[in-house]
Amino acid sequence: MDMEWYLPLIWAGIIGVAVAMYVVMDGFDLGIGILFPTSQSEAERDQMMRSIAPFWDGNETWLVLGGAGLFVAFPLAYAIIMPAFYLPVIVMLLALVFRGVAFEFRIVSDNKPWWNAAFTGGSVVATLCQGLILGGMIQGIHVRDGAYAGGTFDWATPFALLCALSLVAGYALLGATWLTMKTEGSVADRSRAQAKVLLLVVLGFMAAVSLYTPLSQDRIFERWFTLPNFYYLWPIPLVTGLLAFGCWRWLTHGRDAPPFLAAIGLFMLGFGGLVVSNFPYLVPPSLTVWDTAAAPSSQIFMLVGTLVMLPIILAYVVFIYWIFRGKVREGESYH
Amino acid sequence: MDFDPLLLARIQFAFTVTFHIIFPSFTIGLSAYIATLGVLWLRTGQDRFRHVMQFWTKIFAVSFAMGVVSGIVLSYQFGTNWSRFSAATGNIIGPLLGYEVLTAFFLEATFLGVLLFGIKRVPPWLYVMSAGVVAVGTAISAFWILAANSWMHTPAGYEMRNGVAFPLDWLQIVFNPSFPYRFAHMLNAAYLTTGFVVLAVGARYILGGKFVEEGRTMLRMAIGMTAILAPLQLVIGDMHGLNTLKHQPIKVAAMEAHWDGSKPADFHIFAWPDEVEGRNRYALSIPKAASLVLTHRMNGLIQGLDSVPASERPPVKMVFFAFRIMLAIGFFMIASALLGAFLWWRGTLWQNTWYMRVMSQTWWIGFVAVIAGWVVTESGRQPWIVYNVMRTADASSPVLGTTIAGTLALFVIAYGIVFSFGIYYINRLIAVGPGATRHEEDTPTPGRPIAAAHPAGKEAI
Ligand code: HDD
Ligand code: HEM
Ligand code: HEM
Repeated sequence: MDMEWYLPLIWAGIIGVAVAMYVVMDGFDLGIGILFPTSQSEAERDQMMRSIAPFWDGNETWLVLGGAGLFVAFPLAYAIIMPAFYLPVIVMLLALVFRGVAFEFRIVSDNKPWWNAAFTGGSVVATLCQGLILGGMIQGIHVRDGAYAGGTFDWATPFALLCALSLVAGYALLGATWLTMKTEGSVADRSRAQAKVLLLVVLGFMAAVSLYTPLSQDRIFERWFTLPNFYYLWPIPLVTGLLAFGCWRWLTHGRDAPPFLAAIGLFMLGFGGLVVSNFPYLVPPSLTVWDTAAAPSSQIFMLVGTLVMLPIILAYVVFIYWIFRGKVREGESYH
Repeated sequence: MDFDPLLLARIQFAFTVTFHIIFPSFTIGLSAYIATLGVLWLRTGQDRFRHVMQFWTKIFAVSFAMGVVSGIVLSYQFGTNWSRFSAATGNIIGPLLGYEVLTAFFLEATFLGVLLFGIKRVPPWLYVMSAGVVAVGTAISAFWILAANSWMHTPAGYEMRNGVAFPLDWLQIVFNPSFPYRFAHMLNAAYLTTGFVVLAVGARYILGGKFVEEGRTMLRMAIGMTAILAPLQLVIGDMHGLNTLKHQPIKVAAMEAHWDGSKPADFHIFAWPDEVEGRNRYALSIPKAASLVLTHRMNGLIQGLDSVPASERPPVKMVFFAFRIMLAIGFFMIASALLGAFLWWRGTLWQNTWYMRVMSQTWWIGFVAVIAGWVVTESGRQPWIVYNVMRTADASSPVLGTTIAGTLALFVIAYGIVFSFGIYYINRLIAVGPGATRHEEDTPTPGRPIAAAHPAGKEAI
């Protein structure tokens, strides 16, 4: 019995890590796609793309791990969430198709503007869809008899749109701070300026989402604003504020890596806030991690593999970022 | 208008999975070929191996990108299109896919970065090793996904409780009865598919009198490999068929369009199976040949389609014709590989323009055989999604037909665009040829292989 209690918790933790890794790593990739139209020349675009070209496939694999992890550990949640967000999921995947092939096609093509547009469009649409799914999850999914029982467009609400726009701004901030760190010259200068604006926009969105969520969902209001929870939770907004302040200062003082790390920190805090709001629900507001968990034998079989493989995978990730360390210079196209 | 959600979900899934398999069939083989070339280059120090390696790496980059993005779509479609299947079999299929991600996808994706961009940053041995790691990663990926797929054909090591499958023995689940045959047959299919692409491109260069040295390298390697693997595929396929006879006799009956189980089975070279009347029209047959192959006795009996009601039969025409397409290509591959080997042994291969002309046109046959093979396997399983456990009709998601129809249209358009451009760019890289890398003799190896082709690509067009 015991095992059936803690295994789902471990799995919720692993999927949380996969989603967080995805959001940060593909976040800056997608952010570069979002910022692509602000570049001034093909040379700049080459430089921007080059800063992520060796990494994007690995970054996107965290999305597959998140999806597969949900399927492995919580098949029932997977079987409810996917039909509930049928359209945003499929449109997101199609957007990622265009965004992904643009990396290779853009280079061989004579018609770069086309694939530039596919890269930007794919990045923006994929981000919007992810935000819509996030917003829809927070608002809750209509479930009856263990299956999705809502309509095709249940997720389409103003709040979901707010989340979608927040995510666009958030990924753009990650992208801008990544470029600040990984490039030189005009691209780096411009992204530093963009990062400052985006930081303010992101803070605005974070405030809006953080206020709207508890006010519209009673269960979330109770989670945050009842005692003693409030005592433990008030540092979250405080740390967020301090980190944002730090990010601004580091940008102003011309530091390279710290703004990017601060942007990651902001994302993690936002993510932590969501976990606090929704835990232990995996399909809010009705099904918990325990309700949707897979058979313990499946969870254990997979857990063994995960515990062995995850450190190895993290080692590869470090290895590839280390091989491609350093800044991408101006006018330097592909290696 | 009323759309049937089940039918549409099936069409959508069949379309996206068929699109996807085109790329693995090529990238599994090509990565192994690239790694082999890399090893030969390190061993011999001969530049032609490096040129050929870098040439194929450019094409690999384009194909791999299409394989990755179309695969990600599939991993989510289990939930979007087959949510009831996912809920019922998630305990089994989920971990197998999970292991694929953990052991294969991260490996492939990471070392791909080194293979495509790392040439100036890592020593040659690490570069070649990355190619090898990518090749191993693709084979591991095939291992897990085929374990999952084979379990759907020959489920083992589980028990059903309240309509949900619970694992009992993971070894039995992974190494279920049809898995060894399917894994061997598919992996070999991927190597053969790639072999024939390489053969066609090599023949094209020799015919055109351009890049002759590289073309000969390609031809020698491809003929040597396919001359062994094509006959091997017949042997594996035969064993695979015998295994299927044991576990899914009705599928075999559909493959042979064999209706009446009380008589020995003929092998129909051609026939038009009439599913309403339950017999074959216009049959051109070798009497008792199917019985001989399947039971090793002239008068051996195999179960006929008549033994089950029509609702329990797979779509006979589809399975029957797809099987014949695969067989025809299989025999053509054996013949052309052995003929090539014979001409090479006689020393007349390079002068034989007739052989080169035919072979330069046959780059696509492996892809068609692979797709035909999958149609046999998957359509032959119908009406079951998990054989004798869950029906396809009970597997779909609670999603409206119109929604699926809309996204199906989007898939067709999007994949149409991506595929057309992909083929166009690959063709262009082939037209440019391995020579493009020679302009950069001073840098030992141009890093971003595909980029190196670009200026030369413009020249060639
Ligand atoms: C025989 C081999 C084989 C088969 C039957 C399939 N795949 Fe595949 N898949 C591969 C062999 C492969 C590969 C060789 O590993 C790929 C192809 C090209 C590539 O980029 O990696 C790949 C890529 C790939 C990816 C992207 C991996 C990444 O992020 O790097 C996903 C998510 C899937 N596949 C999922 C699937 C699913 C859900 C399938 C079944 C319905 C499926 N594949 C059938
Ligand atoms: C990659 C090569 C594959 C190809 C080309 C392929 C092809 C097909 C086709 C043509 C169908 C439709 C059959 C019909 O409805 O008549 C189908 C169905 C299906 N296949 Fe496969 N398949 C492949 C691999 C897999 C694998 C590896 C899995 C699972 C791990 C899988 C799972 C399914 C499922 C869930 C269906 C839906 C049921 C159905 O529509 O019949 N397939 N596949
Ligand atoms: C020449 C003789 C061949 C024979 C006797 C043969 C036999 C078979 C059989 C019986 C099946 C159905 C397995 C089942 O689901 O029960 C099959 C499937 C398949 N075949 Fe072949 N095959 C041959 C050649 C080829 C060739 C040349 C290719 C591709 C290059 C190929 C690719 C496939 C694929 C991809 C499948 C589906 C996956 C699987 O079930 O293994 N086959 N083959």
